[in-house]
Amino acid sequence: MFSINLVILIPFIVAALLPFSFRRFKKNHLGWFVLIVPTVLFVLLARLIPSVADGKTYIHTYEWIPTLDFNFTTYLDGLSMIFALLITGVGSLVILYSIFYLSSKESLQHFYCYLLLFMGAMLGVVFSDNLMVLYVFWELTSVSSFLLIAFWNHRQGSRQGAQKAMLITVSGGIAMLVGFIMLHTMTGSFSIREIIASVSEISDHALFLPAMILILLGAFTKSAQFPFHIWLPDAMEAPTPVSAYLHSATMVKAGIYLVARFTPVFGADEVWFWVVSIVGMITLFWGSFNAVRQTDLKALLAFSTVSQLGLIMSLLGLGSIALQFGYSADSVLYTQATFAALFHLINHSTFKGALFMVVGILDHELGTRDIRRLGGLMALMPFTFTVALIGSLSMAGLPPFNGFLSKEMFFAATVHIMEVDIFSLTSFGIIFPVVAWIASVLTFVYCMIIVFKVFLGKPQPEKLDKPIHEAPIGMLISPMILGALVVGIFFFPNLLGQYILQPAMGSIYPTFGDSAYLTPKISAWHGVKPELLMTIGVIIIGALLYKYLKLWKPFVYGFFPSIFTFNSLYNNLLASSVRNSNIVTNRYMNGLLRHYLVYIFVFFIVTVGSYLLYSRAFSFDISTNASFRVYEVCLVAIMAAAAVSMLFAKSRITATLLNGVLGYSIAIFFVLFRAPDLALTQLVVESVTTALFLLAFSHLPDWKKENLQTRTKLINGIVSVAVGLIVVLIGLSVVDFNQFDSISSYFEDAYELAGGANIVNAILGDFRGFDTMLEVVVLFIAGLGVYSMIKLRTKKEDENIEDQ
Amino acid sequence: MKINDVILRTISRIVVFIILTFGVYLFLSGHNTPGGGFIGGLVLASAIILLYLSTDLETVQKSLPLDFKYVAALGVFLATSTGFGSIIFGVPFMSQTFAYFDLPIFGVTELTTVTIFEAGVALTVVGVLVTIIFSISEDGG
Repeated sequence: MFSINLVILIPFIVAALLPFSFRRFKKNHLGWFVLIVPTVLFVLLARLIPSVADGKTYIHTYEWIPTLDFNFTTYLDGLSMIFALLITGVGSLVILYSIFYLSSKESLQHFYCYLLLFMGAMLGVVFSDNLMVLYVFWELTSVSSFLLIAFWNHRQGSRQGAQKAMLITVSGGIAMLVGFIMLHTMTGSFSIREIIASVSEISDHALFLPAMILILLGAFTKSAQFPFHIWLPDAMEAPTPVSAYLHSATMVKAGIYLVARFTPVFGADEVWFWVVSIVGMITLFWGSFNAVRQTDLKALLAFSTVSQLGLIMSLLGLGSIALQFGYSADSVLYTQATFAALFHLINHSTFKGALFMVVGILDHELGTRDIRRLGGLMALMPFTFTVALIGSLSMAGLPPFNGFLSKEMFFAATVHIMEVDIFSLTSFGIIFPVVAWIASVLTFVYCMIIVFKVFLGKPQPEKLDKPIHEAPIGMLISPMILGALVVGIFFFPNLLGQYILQPAMGSIYPTFGDSAYLTPKISAWHGVKPELLMTIGVIIIGALLYKYLKLWKPFVYGFFPSIFTFNSLYNNLLASSVRNSNIVTNRYMNGLLRHYLVYIFVFFIVTVGSYLLYSRAFSFDISTNASFRVYEVCLVAIMAAAAVSMLFAKSRITATLLNGVLGYSIAIFFVLFRAPDLALTQLVVESVTTALFLLAFSHLPDWKKENLQTRTKLINGIVSVAVGLIVVLIGLSVVDFNQFDSISSYFEDAYELAGGANIVNAILGDFRGFDTMLEVVVLFIAGLGVYSMIKLRTKKEDENIEDQ
Repeated sequence: MKINDVILRTISRIVVFIILTFGVYLFLSGHNTPGGGFIGGLVLASAIILLYLSTDLETVQKSLPLDFKYVAALGVFLATSTGFGSIIFGVPFMSQTFAYFDLPIFGVTELTTVTIFEAGVALTVVGVLVTIIFSISEDGG
């Protein structure tokens, strides 16, 4: 049966198969094979659109760890449908585009493996109902984004950009995880649907506000909201298809998704309204303000993405005010902000995706994306120009493009919010339309920069390394499809509204009954209203500002010294944390093994010894113990003799062999006490470690007598005696310890439960199989660690290849 | 490291096979009697290490042309995939199952998914141990 869980897993499965199968595709580009995945998924999902539009939802649960309430539950509703269609739809176009963008000489199997990994993780984020599973996928998107940004990892900028993105998004993700755990503490459930159902019980809980802030932190870092937006411009070091896909259409919208998904939980709170809308507004302004000053086209688009994400975020904040009033005719007006958010989300993906692809074409064909070196491309690259024109004008909010519709709705929402009579909005509400309008003017200016500076004006072929020529048709298909969508949505917006946006509105406002009332009719012309006047104002002022750009730009942007930016804050924070942790670490990691052992043993003495003393666990009665047998006494004597003579050993080989005597004697003890499993293991482990010792001899320095101070010797003596004493005391006390019930009764019927008579292995493989599985993984990681430390370290004569 | 100890080499050639067989036996018998994936893996690894100690690295790599990193990775894959495998059958993660089959030669035999899991454990142990020991000794030259 077709289930949504499978939709998430298919990209992962294909990604896992790629490294084995890519050699078969040497003649053709690997991308053609990969393209099948998102296309098929898109078609599968698109077939469900009509039933989702009728209000049907699909839930499917695979039990994962039911005892911990972790279930792999997928939930397809209107909201996740929008995102899933974007992920698979834009994904198909981006892969098609990348086939022509990346040459076959690049390590394509890595590229597509990461890209599919991302796709699966992103689908997991939007489909997961269980918060823990959502978190895992959430972090996986960060990891795959890291890998993709650093795809050209020989560049220093790529590595730094990847690190920055990773650090910021993952720290936010961890904050979000804490928020999820708080939600679980409050509601006792990890399921988003159940949490939404029990929201009325938790809104007065002490953890409600902290959980909200932490979850918002996760969303804001991921969606590059101010002041966490600094990672997004640096992430532009990634190949352009990646920027178009992850950093404009999908991954950065995961935060938007999270905010939309949690609106029913937190949306009725005043803090939520203010934080989400104000942060969104600041981001909107700051992004557009910074975009104008950029000379790199991709950086310009990055800041513009930041700005547009802020727009969507602030709309979600404004829309949450509807939950204050419950379901009424008034509140429907305010839900239109949320509707505009979802509408703009789709529009942004179309026009920004097209623009990124255009910039990719310029970079690929002309070898630069510096605005100062480009100009007059219109006549020579007509198709690219058309797409760029459509994308830019849509972004600027002009008709006849879809950006106009959503921008008008955005203006309308900011105007409506002034009339709300709570949260002192009648007095403060004025900031929303003002900031929105200023940011839109700046947006208009940078859109004009793209159109006029790059495509109009005089060509400057002398500044380019390659002759100006139109891109191959393959690279143009994807941006043209997106451009067609930009125009198409303008003419048929209500088709989108009815089938895609309406069910999503139902997911965000589950208490509002029929979502058909929440879906306004989108129309291009709705009379002379404030929003139309605002748009006209944007065009007039924007055009003037663009015309006199040279006059005001140096003055305004020279005003902010560069040391006070968040970027330098981040850099200083990173550098100082490296420096300080170096200082702290060097203070105790001084290279003396003796010190390390003292730390370990003192810690053991203090924690274990004092806890056991405190809990009065040291109580034993040796009169009830079994009597000694003669072999045991002999063995103890041998072990004691070996241990003591090790102290006086003259050579390392003697000490190793004496250590071996100790180990084998323990094995004999196991035999005497009828523990054949342990005896076998101990014997083999002892042999292997002795062999390892012998191998390591050639690396060790000479064994020389150390002259230690009396004080050092005294500390050594006290520590060793104390450790020995505690271990002996624990050993003796264990026999009489009866504060907890023995758990061995669980394992006695191993033969019936696990079909194995060997209880030890039944425990290892079945009862506690989870532990064993993780131990195996840890062992493997340790092995890889040893291998890579020995094999891959830089030889002294190798040059430093780090910074090219 | 090249040792020219004829006695050690002659004996270890035979002993290695005995140890290897014993390792496989321990692995298979672990379900009901002492043994199991971990010990089995250790014993197999110690056989390879003995072979290495008595001859040299080239001989071992010629007679066992395996990359032990991949052996370890395969082991981890087996061990984790049995955990996830149970999800596909709709039961909780890491559920193991067993059944008794009447096989032609072996008679009534118990087949269980734990064996796959234990095989993963054994392969990881062999792979990791041999990888560590080989890389340390290669480094020493």
